[in-house]
Amino acid sequence: MHISRSIEILVGLFVAIGFVAMFFLSMEVSNLSSVSKEGGYDVTASFENIGSLKVRAPVSMAGVTIGRVKGVEFDPVTYEAVVTMSIESKYNQLPSDTSASILTAGLLGEQYIGLEPGGEEELLKNGSVLELTQSAVVLEQLIGQFLFNSDSE
Amino acid sequence: MLNYFQRLGVSSLAMLERLGRGSLFFFYILMSIPSVIIRPRLLVAQMYSVGVLSFSLIVVSGLFVGMVLALQGFYTLSDFGAEGALGVVVSASLIRELGPVVTALLFAGRAGSALTAEIGLMKATEQLSGMEMMAVDPMARIMAPRFLAGLLSMPILATLFSAIGVLGGYFIGVGLLGIDEGGFWSQMQAKIDFDQDIVNGLIKSVVFGWVVTWIAIFEGYDAIPTSEGVGRATTRTVVHSAFAILLLDFILTALMFGDV
Repeated sequence: MHISRSIEILVGLFVAIGFVAMFFLSMEVSNLSSVSKEGGYDVTASFENIGSLKVRAPVSMAGVTIGRVKGVEFDPVTYEAVVTMSIESKYNQLPSDTSASILTAGLLGEQYIGLEPGGEEELLKNGSVLELTQSAVVLEQLIGQFLFNSDSE
Repeated sequence: MLNYFQRLGVSSLAMLERLGRGSLFFFYILMSIPSVIIRPRLLVAQMYSVGVLSFSLIVVSGLFVGMVLALQGFYTLSDFGAEGALGVVVSASLIRELGPVVTALLFAGRAGSALTAEIGLMKATEQLSGMEMMAVDPMARIMAPRFLAGLLSMPILATLFSAIGVLGGYFIGVGLLGIDEGGFWSQMQAKIDFDQDIVNGLIKSVVFGWVVTWIAIFEGYDAIPTSEGVGRATTRTVVHSAFAILLLDFILTALMFGDV
């Protein structure tokens, strides 16, 4: 079977266009460009209730996403949820008494962790534990409290 | 009454036998793949007829599927004032489902049927036996390059389909419907995950490429060597591929995204 040069060129172009499409999907469409895989340090925090927080939810400070939730585990001793967050290494100037709270984006949006900086000189590093935490607001509990309070009056 | 059971038994046995022959055939192809690696020119010729010739079909359908998704998504999303999420709707449905599935269906119709007809005709005109007479292994010379070409072309075509579809959605969403350009891309980037969405879509397209090419080549090889037999085999390729694609897509989707 004779293969002409133009067929070889066309096949080469075809494969190259496939790679370009893959590059476009990875860089423009997906989050590959915004997530730095390497670099970044882990901090943990315990919450009484994390609501519907999921792995990969954003961790933000002052509204800017500075990391992602890496893992959610249940501690059978304290009965609390232990959330591991991975924070990008360029944000390594956070004070060690930073507090974490679970917030909701909009009324029905997804839940994320908001960090509030403290005033300590010491900085957060890999393996640090955030002591000050605030649980997620669960709408059903809020309504329940409201009904209970209005009843007792 | 017993005759019905007998007929049922005969047809199930025939089906099992075909499945067995198909699996053996696949095994022989796998054994012949090293000979293709030694002679990559065979692969290049098949990549041309399987991949490059499907190119324009995939580009045009990808563009139109993306544009239709944008129009229909906008119709629903505008009720909730969430037009900004149009990019997510278009890209997630394309990358996760429509890209691999529609590409595989078109690929079965365009390249799979051509493969079956070509190999079936080779068999009907005794070219395959002729090769064996000349001590040329038709598995290594004919089947394995075609199989490998299909396996490699499908992911390229599916990726292209998704990329062109996202661009089509962008033209309609941002150009025609006036959605904010920054929101379109940034919401898409926030929601679409590389490991979760793009890699899984790629795995799907490889699996579909494997099953479509396997069915197409086997149907051609197994065809009754008459013009009617080749015609029937070509029809069976398209029908069986479509069934296999949709069934496998359900299984793969349940495995990949079922627990999310």
